This record gives sequence, structure tokens and C-alpha cells, in this order.
Amino acid sequence: MWIFTIKRLLQGIPVLFAVIALTFFIMHSVPGGPFDRDKKLPPEIIANIEAKYHLDQPVWRQFVLYVGQVVRGDLGPSYKYIGRDVADIIQDTFPVSAVLGLCALAVSLGIGIPAGIFSAWKYNSGWDRGVIFLATLGISLPNFVLGSVLVLVLSHYLHLLPPALWEGPRHVVMPAFALGAGFAGYVARLTRNSLLEVLSADYIRTARAKGLGEGAVLLKHALKNSISPVVSVMGPLAAGLVTGSFVIEFIFSVPGMGNFFITAVSNRDYPLIMGVTLVYAVLIVLANIIVDLIYMKLDPRVRA
Amino acid sequence: MTSFSWPARLSGAFLLVVLVAACFAPWAAPYAYDAQDFMNILSTPTADHWMGTDRLGRDLFSRVVYGARISLFIGFATTFVALVIGTIYGSVSGYAGGKTDQYMMRIVDVVFSLPDLLLIILLTVIMGRGMAGIFLALTLVSWVTVARLVRGEVLRLKEFPFVEASRALGAGHFRIMTQDILPNMIGVLVVTLSFRIPLAILAESTLGFIGLGVSPPLSSWGTLTNDGWTAIKFYPHLILFPSLAIFLTILSFNFLGEGLRDRWDPKGASRI
Repeated sequence: MWIFTIKRLLQGIPVLFAVIALTFFIMHSVPGGPFDRDKKLPPEIIANIEAKYHLDQPVWRQFVLYVGQVVRGDLGPSYKYIGRDVADIIQDTFPVSAVLGLCALAVSLGIGIPAGIFSAWKYNSGWDRGVIFLATLGISLPNFVLGSVLVLVLSHYLHLLPPALWEGPRHVVMPAFALGAGFAGYVARLTRNSLLEVLSADYIRTARAKGLGEGAVLLKHALKNSISPVVSVMGPLAAGLVTGSFVIEFIFSVPGMGNFFITAVSNRDYPLIMGVTLVYAVLIVLANIIVDLIYMKLDPRVRA
Repeated sequence: MTSFSWPARLSGAFLLVVLVAACFAPWAAPYAYDAQDFMNILSTPTADHWMGTDRLGRDLFSRVVYGARISLFIGFATTFVALVIGTIYGSVSGYAGGKTDQYMMRIVDVVFSLPDLLLIILLTVIMGRGMAGIFLALTLVSWVTVARLVRGEVLRLKEFPFVEASRALGAGHFRIMTQDILPNMIGVLVVTLSFRIPLAILAESTLGFIGLGVSPPLSSWGTLTNDGWTAIKFYPHLILFPSLAIFLTILSFNFLGEGLRDRWDPKGASRI
């Protein structure tokens, strides 16, 4: 188990290096820079700014310098938020995004898994078809559409919840739901299909033959074995929550990493863009390792 | 062979209508997309303007019809190109096997491990907000999924006896690939196409919504929702109608895809 974890962590390093290289060279192949102004600055000032941020060096040297910094945990200064380090900004915004992401994950699993179990239990009935239909609706509904409709109805018409900002639990409800609802549809369908597959196994027939009720068969015998496909989709789910957070944080003006990322892209704040991208990549690599570990715990056959 | 379910048929019909309207937008739309009606600025839906007008007095229904051109074009074109690239890459990788396969798939894994939208946003930074930039970015991101899928199918199909028979008869690699393996994947590919198109439309409209989509005066469904978002409190029709267009189109593709899967890919190889 430990060896596996360490091996996977080491395998993550080249992926992260590739991500750094990719974003670095993408960012530096763009014509125009963050210090372009409408008013022409005197050449001495431009030279000064470029020297300060090492922009006067050849690109490969800048890359080496940057990688050296990152290894020491320094993500460089932000170009737009003068006097702030990228690492500081990430430290401030990451907890916000993490809370939002975890709440959205809770929404998608909390709605999706029970809905899937219910659907499998009522297999081939009107209830089952209803759940599947709703799940397809949820999958097809873009999160920004759901988000704007929620804001319109719950905030502007009914005045139930605040439409924006991040000041307490009441501010979390709508963003978390808008972000998690679509994935709830995926999880529901996955849970249902996996449960149905398990329900046709021999040991389920044995359990039924013993005279167990359908509820006990479903929850005690089938559920445990049907949960691993749901776990395996958590890696892509984590990636989806990350990208979903760009949009949701934009809609609800949440001061999280996604919102800063979008602004950084419009401002061409290269260090901030690269820093946030790197954090996302680390998160996703870690999420995949955790998923694999849970998977091994659940299904001993994978360990071999 | 089962017949298509009613949601799949309804979806097919709806998509056909949208597609025809998009192709013949100058005839299907009652007004030009940039024609201004100064007597009716920001009007709610009326008999003259079915979906109302925006803050410049432009007819929203016409703009949605013209927007369909961009959204659907990006959806179809990127998916098709990604399908071609992914199929070639995936079949070479799967057919070659061994070390070649390993190295080729390692590249795919790196691209695959990053969230799509993140990469698309990064790529549109270099390529600009024009159609070409968004088209390239979406294509570069989505071919990897196809490549993985096709590789898996090729690995499975190349072990079949009919491939061995073909080889015994003296067929070359190219012939085996195009005559024996590819025709057996058509079903899976068609199903994949119908599930990838809505994802491309979704990505494009998300970009548009957060303000990184095609630049004015062109407008896709996504950029229309962005316009509407700024006025959601007082003029909700501006965001509701384009949103509805996006939602119904994606929904229809998903229903259609499920119908096609039941028919052409009952084992569900396209499910990843």
C-alpha cells in the first residue's frame, strides 16, 4: 500500500513538470504582454520592469528560473496585483474554492447515490424511468444556465437566498447546488447501472433464496459491491468540479481561485495563470491517487 | 432491431429543425442579426419580436437563429476533426502495440489528466477569441478522448479470427486497418460523435458565458447568455431564451445518442 502510494506520487512528478512546461511556453508564445499600456511608457521604465521580472532574458532561461522558484515553493509575484505574491493569492482563495468544491461533491453524491439506488430498486417501473429522465435533464443542463435560473428565481423573485458573494452558509447553498446538480445526474445513472449488474449475480440469488427482503438484499449485499465504479468516476468528477468552479464562482462573485483565474486570463497575469494551473494539476493528480487507494480498499482484486 | 424511443425521435426532429434554421439563417430569421429597431429597445416578447429585443433594439430570435450557426458549426466541426485525428492516432497506437503504444498513450494521458476547460481557456489565450482560436482549442482538447476509445476498440478487434484470416490471405497493415477493423467500429464512432457534439457546444457556450467567447458583432449562444447575464434582474428574457436553446440542443443530442447507442453499440464501448 505504502509502496504503491509513493510510486504513484513519483509518477505524478513528470506530469506536473509537463504541465508547467506546457503552460509556460503557451503563456510566453503570446504576442503582447501584461505591461502593454495605451500610453507608451519611456523605454527606460520598460527596461526596468522587464529586468525586475526577468523578461529581458531568453525564454529558456526564464523557464529554468521559474522551475527553480516553483521547486522552492515560490510562485513569483503577480503582475497585476502589485506587491502580492501568487502564493499569497492562492492561499487566500484556495480555501474558498475548496469549501465550494466539497459542498458540491456532497450535493452530487448525496443526491446521486440515493437516486440511483431508488431507481435500481424500482427497476423498469415508472419511477425508474422518471429518475433516468431527470438524470439526463441534469446532465444536459449547463451549470451556468442552472446558476442563472437559480439566481433569478430564488434571489430576485423570491428573495430567499443572496445572489452573490461569500459571507456565510447561506451564500454556499446556491453555488454548491448549481455546481453539483449536473454531476448528481451522472452519479445516479452510474449507481443504478452498476447496482443492476451486481443484482444479477449468483450470491444475490442466494441471498434472496434465504428469504431476505429486497431492501436487505439491496443495501447489505449489493450496494457494497456496486460502489466501486462510482468511486472510479471521482477522479474525472474532481476535474469537472474544478472547471465548473470557474463558471460558478464567476456567476456568484465568489472570491475563489476560479474567479481569479478568469480575471488573470483577461489581464494576462502570467505568473498567476501558471500558479493556479499548477495548483489545479496537483489537485487532480492527488485526487486520482486517492481514488485509486479507495478503489483498492473496496476491491481487493485490483491489488494484484 | 428495436425502433427508436419517442425521446430519441423527438430529439432528432428538433435537431433537424435547428440545423435547417441555422443553415438558412438569412431566410429563417425575421430580421438581420444586427438590424436595430429603435422603437422597441429592450422589449419583452411580442408578436413582432418573438423573444423580445436587446439593449440595442436587435431582435433576439434572429440573433438566436444566427447564433445557432456558430454554436452548431463549432460543435460539429470540432467534433468531426477530433474524431478523424483521434481515430488515426488511436488506431496506429492500438495496432502497433508494445513500446510505440505506450509512448503514444503517455502523451494522451498528460492531455487527458488536465480539465478540458482549463486547457481550452489557456489555448484561447494564444489563439485569440476568434472562431479559429476556439475551433483549434476545442479540437486539440477533444481528440484525446476519441484516441483512447479507438485504441481500446482496435486492441479488442485485432485479436479476432477474421483479422487473422485476412492476414493469412496476405493483406497488409493498411488494408487490415481500413477494410477489417475500421468498418467494425463505425457504430461506436457514430455514437461517440453524438455524445461529443453536445460537449463541444457546452464548452463553447461556457467560454462565451464567462466572456471569453467569439468577439462581437458575431454572437454564439454562449455570448448571448453573457449579454443577458448582465441584465438578468430586469430583463430576464435576454438570458432565458439563449439558455433554453443551449439546453434543448444538448438534451436532444444526449437523447439521440442514447437511442443510437441502444441500436449500434449495445455493449456500450462508447461509454467512458
